[in-house]
Amino acid sequence: MFQGILIAGFGGQGVLSMGQLLAYAGMKENKHVAWIPSYGPEMRGGTANCGVTISDQPISSPVVSEPTVLIAMNRPSLEKFEPAVVPGGLILVNSSLINIKTKRTDVRTVYVPANDLAEELGNGKVANNIILGVLLELTGVVSTDSVLEALKDVLPPKRHNLIPINRDALEKGRELAINER
Amino acid sequence: MAKILMKGNEAIGEGAVRAGCRYFFGYPITPQSELPHYLAKRMPEVGGTYLQSESETAAANMVFGAAGAGARVMTSSSGPGISLMQEGISYIAGAELPCVIVNMIRGGPGLGNIAPAQSDYFQAVKGGGHGDYRLICLAPASVQEIIDLMQDAFDLADKYRNPVMLLADGVLGQMMEPVELGEEKEITVPDRPWAATGRKKGGPKRLINSLYIVPEECEKHNLKLGEKYAIIAREEQRWEEYRLDDAKMVVVAFGTCARICKAAVDSARAEGMAVGLIRPITVWPFPNDVFAGVKETANNFLVVEMNMGQMIEDVRLAVSDARPVHFYGRVGGMLPVARDVLNEIRKLYDGGAAK
Repeated sequence: MFQGILIAGFGGQGVLSMGQLLAYAGMKENKHVAWIPSYGPEMRGGTANCGVTISDQPISSPVVSEPTVLIAMNRPSLEKFEPAVVPGGLILVNSSLINIKTKRTDVRTVYVPANDLAEELGNGKVANNIILGVLLELTGVVSTDSVLEALKDVLPPKRHNLIPINRDALEKGRELAINER
Repeated sequence: MAKILMKGNEAIGEGAVRAGCRYFFGYPITPQSELPHYLAKRMPEVGGTYLQSESETAAANMVFGAAGAGARVMTSSSGPGISLMQEGISYIAGAELPCVIVNMIRGGPGLGNIAPAQSDYFQAVKGGGHGDYRLICLAPASVQEIIDLMQDAFDLADKYRNPVMLLADGVLGQMMEPVELGEEKEITVPDRPWAATGRKKGGPKRLINSLYIVPEECEKHNLKLGEKYAIIAREEQRWEEYRLDDAKMVVVAFGTCARICKAAVDSARAEGMAVGLIRPITVWPFPNDVFAGVKETANNFLVVEMNMGQMIEDVRLAVSDARPVHFYGRVGGMLPVARDVLNEIRKLYDGGAAK
């Protein structure tokens, strides 16, 4: 089992924390995990991305240059990273904010109106976990239970009141993915 | 004990605190800024001092002062900042003071960029500052190893009264990996009878200095330092061997590069090629001892670095050019890819075996 997951979007979309959730969840399942952010001269409102590797083998390079999964939370991210996805890989497109389709025909693409679904749940900020729910259902890379456990690590204690709505978001994503199957 | 996820930069900070370091002086620079950020919060919690200096030059000299007064002290920077520190580092080495200096190498030369590189190898292991001195250089390859090596870094510094450099790169600083911190131990910092802490009532005069104005005395000092470096070179070599036993070809790489090469070695083995890896953990002293046996059994060597070929010089010395030593590198902040390293192995393996 090897997944190199690239998560990209605007700063503030929960891109980095989505990656950390996955990494923590993988660690709880005793898998090898590594998380690495894009770093450097980023600006407010600019793009952010992180790579998460989850594997049953030790991880050689934590840098996800050839993702098996791309989660594109905004259009610039899709345009920038779409060509890097390995053939047979998976692209999850946040179709609430991205009004174009992927050009790739050798990968699977799933369009998820993550922000719209999050607004339906009553909190636009959980869009990231809706799309994460889709990922979990389609790849089985880690279990939802592990992600729920990981939420306690990633969210500071004063934000633990947000765990239920994040759980709902993950569940909503999973339902959507089941219908995709 | 439960594992937690930690960034390499934070792991250095926590590892230092757990090793008894109570003073940190530094100036922010990517890709190591999470380290001062972490210690700005952590040092006050343990009664330590965190101070952001006005420049790297100042930071190195604050380390000089604190070490002279007997403190467990650390600074950190990257490329350009480490260059600015070189004067102070030379003085610290000359005055024989213990301290730890972290270099999270970024792309150079000059301002370069902030991406990971190993292009400061020469600077770290061959000098950097002026004069005839050596730094003990540790090169971790994972966040767990960073935690484990921090204690050793401070202990080695004290044991030899010598600055120790932790040599890593932007990837190791920025990445998060699971680590086990272990139990927090009570640290007893060794006695430092030489430290300048005030004469009190009639104590002996203690002078921390690197000035030897009389050439005869300066020569004596250099010879004394030389003896110390010879002992370190003999006693403190560290390395990791990977699938080396029957290896006909040996890849040599340190730090981040070594992780990537391990994957390439595994792929090569899967293709039936007897390839192994030597990963120097101390890049000074260079682990010459492991090469003594290997150079008899291996047909050739492939050094992989994130620079234009620096450690390769030490590998060639270690095998006395008895076998071909080849090089593959990526530079300017680019990382090698395991597949490309494997291609190099394929190209060289048969050629080497035929010799």
